[in-house]
Amino acid sequence: MASVCFYFQVHQPLRIKRYRVFDIGENNEYFNDNSHSSLNNKWIMERVARKSYLPTNQLLLELLDRYPKFRISFSLSGVFLEQIEKDFPEVLKSFQRLVDTGRAEILSETYYHSLSFLYSREEFRNQVEMHKQIVKRLFGANPKVFRNTELIYNNELACEIESMGYNGIIAEGADHVLGDRSPHFLYTPTGTKNLKVLLKDYKLSDDIAFRFSDKNWVEHPLSSDKFANWISAVNGNGNLVNLFMDYETFGEHQWEDSGIFEFMRALPEKVLSHPDNDFVTPSEAISKYESVGEHDAHNFYSWADEERDLSAWLSNSLQCDSMDKLYQLRSIIFETKDKKLIEDWRRLSTSDHFYYMCTKWFSDGDVHKYFNPYESPYEAFIAFMNVLADLKLRLELLKNKKNIQKKSVKKVGKSHKKKIKKKEKVVI
Amino acid sequence: MKKKRILMFGWEFPPYNSGGLGVACRGLTRALVRNDVEIIFVLPKKIPITPDFMDMLFADKVSSVTVKTIDTLLSPYVNATNYTEEYISLESSIYRGTLYEEVLRYAECAKKIAREEKFDIIYTHDWLSFRAGIESKKISNKPHIAHIHATEFDRCGGDNVNKKIAVIEKEGLQTADCVIAVSKYTKDIIVNKYEIPEEKVSVVYNGIDKEDFPEYNTKSERLKNLKDNGTKIILFVGRLTLQKGLDYFLSAAKKSLEYNDNMIFVIAGTGDMENQIIRQVSEMGISDKVLFMGFVRGDELQDAYKMADLYIMPSVSEPFGITALEAMLHSTPVMVSNQSGVSEVATHVLKVNFWDTHEMANKILAVVEHDVLQKQLSENGFREVKNLTWDASAKACIDVFSKI
Repeated sequence: MASVCFYFQVHQPLRIKRYRVFDIGENNEYFNDNSHSSLNNKWIMERVARKSYLPTNQLLLELLDRYPKFRISFSLSGVFLEQIEKDFPEVLKSFQRLVDTGRAEILSETYYHSLSFLYSREEFRNQVEMHKQIVKRLFGANPKVFRNTELIYNNELACEIESMGYNGIIAEGADHVLGDRSPHFLYTPTGTKNLKVLLKDYKLSDDIAFRFSDKNWVEHPLSSDKFANWISAVNGNGNLVNLFMDYETFGEHQWEDSGIFEFMRALPEKVLSHPDNDFVTPSEAISKYESVGEHDAHNFYSWADEERDLSAWLSNSLQCDSMDKLYQLRSIIFETKDKKLIEDWRRLSTSDHFYYMCTKWFSDGDVHKYFNPYESPYEAFIAFMNVLADLKLRLELLKNKKNIQKKSVKKVGKSHKKKIKKKEKVVI
Repeated sequence: MKKKRILMFGWEFPPYNSGGLGVACRGLTRALVRNDVEIIFVLPKKIPITPDFMDMLFADKVSSVTVKTIDTLLSPYVNATNYTEEYISLESSIYRGTLYEEVLRYAECAKKIAREEKFDIIYTHDWLSFRAGIESKKISNKPHIAHIHATEFDRCGGDNVNKKIAVIEKEGLQTADCVIAVSKYTKDIIVNKYEIPEEKVSVVYNGIDKEDFPEYNTKSERLKNLKDNGTKIILFVGRLTLQKGLDYFLSAAKKSLEYNDNMIFVIAGTGDMENQIIRQVSEMGISDKVLFMGFVRGDELQDAYKMADLYIMPSVSEPFGITALEAMLHSTPVMVSNQSGVSEVATHVLKVNFWDTHEMANKILAVVEHDVLQKQLSENGFREVKNLTWDASAKACIDVFSKI
């Protein structure tokens, strides 16, 4: 058999606006840029919904209607879901219609699309739980397969996930981890008993996600016939072809005029024309196939960049320092039990903020530049750190409110001292 | 293949220069020679230098043409911009029109040189040598490449364009077979203001060579003491003129000092706005936070770069801005205005619109507050500038040669 397993990642971060040092203590709306720029979250969502989500959802619904054997799966981040629930209900509805077919599986992830697993196990579990709840509320779904942010993965994560009651996990089929083994089988993560890992076939996935409209690619233009043949070739050498990609591939990264929609429209029929082929959701794959061996990943790896490591988010001191500073604040922010403060902190944990600070422009420059709404990694860092300073200021104000008698003013950072004093007068 | 031989007309040459034009001429010619191009470099007047990599001719020595000249204006050699400024001031004096005559004299001498020398291409740098290029082309019928380092529109900041200069600039650009601009920013001015067809203008960015900045021992005790006290140093280098955006620099200084007063703003350079600037600084109440170094060069300039925590080039209109590369070469974090050519090639620098002093202050404070930001800019900037070499510029020029 060759079972095709589609998983689409759907995520839009809440990008931080150009938040300047002068905004500290003045406003704490960090994510509401309303300029005509790529930092305007609503504007971007509107564009991507129009170019990608809505037409692709419509297409997939037609395909599910026409081909009973067709299957897909989604991982929708919590920050994405809360944005469409608030401002784009028709987009939410179109996803709900897909899930209602019973043949579109919803996967589990961290609500904030964060790197929390690397920094706080408690925060990780909380964010996964939050995601579970929103998915339950909006789709009535109870995911049994987990995928971590950007497919960041190691043995430890797999063990944690098993202990949380999942029976499957998604990972990249990176050469340096797989060696000469095939991503076309299920494996058991080292240290787990019943968990199965699905590995991305990055060659076939990236043929669609990255190379589809590349005119310099020898296989361009890619027809669904040709692609279905590549899938069929797996018969006899494996049983699963995991096509994992960003959902925005359809219509946003690969534009409509590249023919991506026609390609997808024709694909199920071509795949199914081979009698040994079918489609599965991750859960179906797990119940249908046995694990053929152990998947041992001691070090973290991911699906990002050539390196398939953590360097897209944590390779320079801007990224590491801002991340450290963020997590240093965690416990004291959570102690306040201030909902808004905690929510803002969590929104800052989204991986994209750190991706934008990546200076690894020398080799992977194009991709990073394409995805960066800021003019440079430095702009991203400055905005983030200013927001963090404001968060600290709010924290101080809350504390002072609680201890009016003590009137102790703690230093929040040299440059913002004056600001605090000014604010204090207002509060007290 | 036969080596290309170029007859090049310049205006100044280090160390007899006071600006970027001379630096660019040295960097570019040296790299062209390294890349198998022969150059005869012509200067209007004799100066005591003999570069070992090319022949140098001095127009006043090879020709007996006499045009009335004003020597005070020619020596010491100043860059084209200062020339312009002095020229403007001269216009109202009894020496009206003299610089124009000087340009004509250079062109007359060029004719004689063009007759006597053998070459394949004529190459001129900025408007002062354009007439020399035009005359040489008439004599030799060889192609003329006009390299623009700055236009009259940059020098005057858009207003009060000197018509005589603009006419020469336009004539040179129109008659040249090919124009080289130091940035897209400058190319746009050439295309829009002088109506030169876009396809005739190639962009070749300036570069920098490490060899021009030899190792040395720090000399500036004053800056060093400040630094040892933990004071952050924000540096400006350039002529104190409107074009360089110094008033925006000061306004950003004032704003950022309100948040963090552990900074000193150092101004290196002189110019027509000096007195006005000093007055302005005291009116703003930041006299104790602004340090005037005067005109610096050589080791002293290197000191300033090395000591600075941030170098700012807030130019209102900057065709390129080599000083930004100099700062990067000294591992100094850099902020440049978007209205500069260098902002097109340097990615590991902070960028800002010159008028947005709010944002300038925001970024100053960020660099001063966050060591990691300073370190990243410093390391990545240094790595980047190592690839912005004159060799790369020379190769781009040679590409242009092959197309004419």
